[in-house]
Amino acid sequence: MKPFTNIPKQIEEVLEKGHVTTSRRDLLKSAGLLVVSFSGTGSSPLIPAASAQAPAAANGAGPYSDPDFRQLDSWIVIHEDNSATFYVGKTDLGQGTGTAIRQIMSDELDIAYDKTSVIMGRTDLTVDQGGSGGSDAIQRDGWPMRRVAAEARRVLLELASKQLGVPVDQLAVSEGVVTVTADPSRKATYGELIGARRFNVTLTGDNINATTGVAKVKAVQDLKLVGQSLKRYDIPPKVDGSLKWAVDVKLPGMLHARNVKPPVAGAKLQSIDESSVRDLPGFVKVVSKGNYVAVVCEREEQAIQAARQLKVNWRKPETPSFPDSEDLYRYMRSATPTSSPKQNVIGNPDAALASAVKVVEAEYDFPYQGHTAIGPAHATADPSNGQMTIYSNDMKSYGMRRGVAEFLEMPQDRVRVVWMEGPQGYGRTAADDAGFEAAFLAKEVGRPVRVQWMRDEETAWDTKGPAYAFKLRGGLDAQGNLTAWEYNARAADYHHVGYNEPDTVLIAQLAGMGRSNPASGRASTPSDMYAIPSRRMTTQVVSMPLVFETPLRTGNLRDPDGPQVTFASESFIDELAAEAKADPVEFRLELLTASTEEDDGFKRARSIAVIKAAVEAYGWETRPSPKPLDSGAILTGRGIAYSYRSQTVAAQIAEVEVDRRTGHVWVKRLVCGHDCGLVVNPEGLRRTVEGAMLHSLSRTLCEEVTFNTEMITSVDWGSSPTLTYADTPAQIDVVVVNGDPKPDRPDLPPYGAGETACKPLIAAVANAIYDATGVRIRRVPFRDARVLAALKAARV
Amino acid sequence: MSNITLKVNGKTHTVDIDPSTPLLYILRNDLGLQGPRFGCGLGQCGLCTVIINGEATRSCIMPTSAVKDEITTLEGLAKEGTLDPIQQAWIDEQVPQCGFCQNGQIMSAKVLLEKNPNPTDAQIREGMTSTLCRCMTYYRIQAAIKRAAKVIAGARPASEKEVAA
Repeated sequence: MKPFTNIPKQIEEVLEKGHVTTSRRDLLKSAGLLVVSFSGTGSSPLIPAASAQAPAAANGAGPYSDPDFRQLDSWIVIHEDNSATFYVGKTDLGQGTGTAIRQIMSDELDIAYDKTSVIMGRTDLTVDQGGSGGSDAIQRDGWPMRRVAAEARRVLLELASKQLGVPVDQLAVSEGVVTVTADPSRKATYGELIGARRFNVTLTGDNINATTGVAKVKAVQDLKLVGQSLKRYDIPPKVDGSLKWAVDVKLPGMLHARNVKPPVAGAKLQSIDESSVRDLPGFVKVVSKGNYVAVVCEREEQAIQAARQLKVNWRKPETPSFPDSEDLYRYMRSATPTSSPKQNVIGNPDAALASAVKVVEAEYDFPYQGHTAIGPAHATADPSNGQMTIYSNDMKSYGMRRGVAEFLEMPQDRVRVVWMEGPQGYGRTAADDAGFEAAFLAKEVGRPVRVQWMRDEETAWDTKGPAYAFKLRGGLDAQGNLTAWEYNARAADYHHVGYNEPDTVLIAQLAGMGRSNPASGRASTPSDMYAIPSRRMTTQVVSMPLVFETPLRTGNLRDPDGPQVTFASESFIDELAAEAKADPVEFRLELLTASTEEDDGFKRARSIAVIKAAVEAYGWETRPSPKPLDSGAILTGRGIAYSYRSQTVAAQIAEVEVDRRTGHVWVKRLVCGHDCGLVVNPEGLRRTVEGAMLHSLSRTLCEEVTFNTEMITSVDWGSSPTLTYADTPAQIDVVVVNGDPKPDRPDLPPYGAGETACKPLIAAVANAIYDATGVRIRRVPFRDARVLAALKAARV
Repeated sequence: MSNITLKVNGKTHTVDIDPSTPLLYILRNDLGLQGPRFGCGLGQCGLCTVIINGEATRSCIMPTSAVKDEITTLEGLAKEGTLDPIQQAWIDEQVPQCGFCQNGQIMSAKVLLEKNPNPTDAQIREGMTSTLCRCMTYYRIQAAIKRAAKVIAGARPASEKEVAA
């Protein structure tokens, strides 16, 4: 077994030894690489290292300066053995992002994929591309990566031209070996051309996204690695147990901490009886500030025991913190919104509804849902040498660095975050808590501290996707055409938590260091390309009674708002299609093809293409829903829904079996037509899309945050169920479409693929249940009892 | 605190610990193993799974003092540098997304196939249903278990195959 890590071996070694004292530049020196320089134009001689660049400010003990994105060697280092290391400011959340980045950069550089590695999201080594989020790793941040790799290739060819005495246009390059076209026996490898030295090439660009050299990127047709289903490099070490994750960091003198959370939301700390734990073995300290309490011990199990045993007196709030979760939607519909409604109006909806032959109206309810990572929040912080190093799976490590520096009132260059792999959090780690807590506690006790949340703490207190209450109205004319559409959404999203903000992160709120003005939050509108002559979309935000220090704090949950909004909008389109006695696919295609507006990015054309691709792959039979009721115990049906996110479009068909005796819904088959433009790794894309669909299926069938008026009651995998094997479809087909009218264009861009497939799934299942049973389920999740009650009420 | 002797992946260790400590913390913090991980501490999710006496065991709720037999962790599946067919199938099918739960998936699948070398789809669902994955890689896990079962059957001596048939 080849040991593997996604951080450099040298770093791993010092991790093993305990202290990270080595900077990247030290590493390069220790690896025999001297910093030397040559001009980007290829006309100047090589310059000795000392005069070429300012001495490296950074060393392992800090301070930690920011890598300069306008320097080529901040992105790419070529080694003597003709291998390359890429340094990028993204993180991989388990979707093969690192593999895809190696593919696109290797392709532009013309180096063998196997000879490359990538370092991601480590704030003192990699340029600040913000970490991950918004499915933008390839769509946005892949462009500067491609351009700098192309520039490195150009510079290397210039060097080869000099060394071989042949003009660049008479050279060829393949897998890092430059050959003279006329005489292939004359050659030089990248390693020979630059090995033991570094690029000293200044790039341009107003910001990191615009970073570029002189070279142009290749035409899509010239890319060789892009489009191949290369296997993910991170899977073998995840399967053999050799990968060192953020949870695995161990440092000399490291202590373990556990939090003691308020027993009910909004409780205020009255007193702590430290004598209740002082005599426990390994006890080090109780740390508290405001309503934040943690126990620090020598060993992990000791910290767990001490946190359980610590006697703390809390004062409960005098008024309810929230409505009971069964009363949530009545509360949301009657609450006074936090601000005046936002409206988006096309045509004349009032007149169109008044003149409609049929008006359809429906309300939909969507609960708070947790991020509910399989592994609770965790981080380790090292306060050695007056610096702060945080080992974290924070997807936005750069944001955590800035946030922690501000939170601890430390200069930013004394803080660094070492991103390491962790459990997929679906956005949870964009508002990571444990890194702030570990740093706070490490500063308090002056030793490295590892903190990890417990399961009930994570499930109750992690960030939540906001609950929504919808009301929709639609008008049909005599021919069954949709003429008017009115959408009202209320989201329980007040004080939405941002990315690693030092004044909204939970410890800041609990410790009395949080902001006093809540973030406004938002309610979202549907993403579709339907041509509806008159539309009115109204959105409002409502607040729970408890605004701060609440376990119902909302944060970005994978495709934020998309599943909620699309559940309502695409269920309602189906209701209108049923009212018009139209086939659900034909009804949608008519709404798409009716438009005469300009089709920016061909999004409408691609919407039509993905729907048609899904329909064909499924073998869709054209007929209205619902189908005539089956006589047996198992009722079957199919439903479709479609949406887009940014420029990526997805259409999904769900086939369901509904057990009329129990209300149990099994989604037997899923088909997804998916268009994200240029595909870097098709098999990686398929698995990502499958994962996104099944995550949404879990949200469809299982997930709901439940609470009484003072605390969350869904706190573990029993009370907060998730999808299991038993619910897994028997067949999933992902049809990768390129619906661009000119699919072979050389500049075909890649679009994000991590989240779009989350959007339509819930509505597709709801529409399939309707097709099977004639019963419309308008509240998520579709747990057995809810479906059974709806079937019984409809006498199915 | 007291001395407890544990046999893990063929090696014997003696640790001085509170004997009621769940096995998980000893494996991770004292023996430096990274395969088993904390997920819930309640025996619900399966991230901490190890194999003891042929059974998939949730080490987060197993008092260390109660362990009498040899423990196998994820790190102990490979033999002489060759991955277990289940691990190889996980790579071939490119199963993991984030991979954080996959220790539990692989160890549970190992026990499942030891007990039933040729499981049906329904038996896989039943055997694996209490091992959770929040990336929802279940569909690919099912494929990997079937692939591993084929490989294991192909490698078995003919005489054993006849017995199995």
